[in-house]
Amino acid sequence: MHDPAAVPWLESLNALTGGLFLLTAFGLVALRQVYGCLRLYVIQSILLASSAFLLAALDHSWHLVAVGVLDASTKAIAVPWVFRRALHDEVQTRREITQVLNVPTALLLALALAIVAYLLAAPLVAAGGGRGVNVNLPVGLAGLFVGGLTAALRREAVPLFLGLLAMENSSFFAGIAVAPDLPLLAEVAIAFDVLILVLVVNVLTRAVHEHIGTTKVGALRTLRERETR
Amino acid sequence: MAQRIWYNVLQMAVVLVFSPLMAGVLNRLKEIVQSKRGPSIFQPYRDLWKYFHKDEIVSRESSWIFRFTPYLVFVTPLFVTLLIPVLTDYPLFFAFMGDMLGGGFVLALGGFFATLAAVDTGNPYGPVGASRTRMVGFLAEPVFMIVFFTVSFVAGSTIPFIVQQRWVTPPSNFFEPSHILLLLAFLMLILAEGGRIPVDNPSGHFELAMIDESKSLEYSGRGMALMKWGGQMKLFVLSCIYLNVLVTPWGLAHDQALGSVLLAIPFTLLKVLAFVLVLVVIESSMAKLRLFRISEFLGAAFITSVAAMIMRLFAF
Repeated sequence: MHDPAAVPWLESLNALTGGLFLLTAFGLVALRQVYGCLRLYVIQSILLASSAFLLAALDHSWHLVAVGVLDASTKAIAVPWVFRRALHDEVQTRREITQVLNVPTALLLALALAIVAYLLAAPLVAAGGGRGVNVNLPVGLAGLFVGGLTAALRREAVPLFLGLLAMENSSFFAGIAVAPDLPLLAEVAIAFDVLILVLVVNVLTRAVHEHIGTTKVGALRTLRERETR
Repeated sequence: MAQRIWYNVLQMAVVLVFSPLMAGVLNRLKEIVQSKRGPSIFQPYRDLWKYFHKDEIVSRESSWIFRFTPYLVFVTPLFVTLLIPVLTDYPLFFAFMGDMLGGGFVLALGGFFATLAAVDTGNPYGPVGASRTRMVGFLAEPVFMIVFFTVSFVAGSTIPFIVQQRWVTPPSNFFEPSHILLLLAFLMLILAEGGRIPVDNPSGHFELAMIDESKSLEYSGRGMALMKWGGQMKLFVLSCIYLNVLVTPWGLAHDQALGSVLLAIPFTLLKVLAFVLVLVVIESSMAKLRLFRISEFLGAAFITSVAAMIMRLFAF
């Protein structure tokens, strides 16, 4: 069965990816540059993939290897590629000067959410599950909450959308530990969905940008299709 | 017993002698990165020598605080040296005199008096720098608290010699998430406390932008030398704590023989050199933050340290 000497190594490395994953989720709340956010999202996806690989090594499951490969290829390569190609340069380089809340307050809120997530996860972890649940479930839950906060606080379209994508990443992060044997088809569908979502949002932000010259969703009053005057 | 006292004194001598060298290497490497030649790495020694041989001018309006502060700034890092592992991995004579929190307080005492002395002279830029230092200081304080709390919680002790043992033995301890996150938080803390670049520009001499430098503006002669040397020792001591306790707890003397303790000196210097390289990369690739963005930088450090704490506290 398992090599008893190797297991604590892998588990603590998995915990490390969990810690760094949480850090990237915090970074997405606080970072001002759009490119920086995109880079953080890529790092987060790579961390998700490496967690999948580590859990695969722990469980000897080829299934999770496939999940990791799928994840790395769509989120770390395809999504940023689409973002960089499809979006206006001006959208990419813009800094978000005004946020809904200032950065320290947003970070403190994120922190409170993370602690709540840990408290909520305690009974769920006690209920049992696969290997790595004790790390992946609370971190994933915290990432989910913090991603939601990101989506709520951002005024620029791209970082806001990256917050939504981070929520998806986080639920995956919890999912690979809770249900390691999800049918592969579902995972392929989810990965493909993410890509389609990115494309759709790109088209949307382009349209918004052409209309009003900015992608500040905070400045939008209505979402009607009429011309804005 | 007597041997342990001597080793403690040897530690102090190492800090005393090599801290200007660290500053010199740091400056030289930064200049090289900027495609300049830069001053010799021994320039800080020459500066100190020059200052010690110059006349000291003290304002008639200043009080005893101004005259007393350089000695305090000079002595406090040496006191902390007694408490931390610089060369040996077993506790020395004074190791149980104070823990990490005590060391932090002793360093803060020097900082506190430097602030008072800056206000004392009546130079308009002194109080500006002093109030900014306090701002950075009180933003860094919670990070310090959480870092120390988590470190002592993980290692079960606040004595640096005992904490250091924790990361050495099974390598899986070293890769604990809370440990790695603590490393990040502590690095940010050193950058803030040492007045390094994202927070303060140590080589900038523009009065309106100064934070750390402005506190020694009024000093000359011997007082200036002691302030400079004390600042260099503070950075050296902080990096020794960071390296020997948290990042690379290996390569310290393990037995009592004089030879192995002496052999630990080049190892420690090598680690400090590696740390200086990291500092050079950070200082050359980042810009100084605006004053009111410092709170965001230290906020990020706080988040990192608290993340380390909850990863550990709620470890199921």
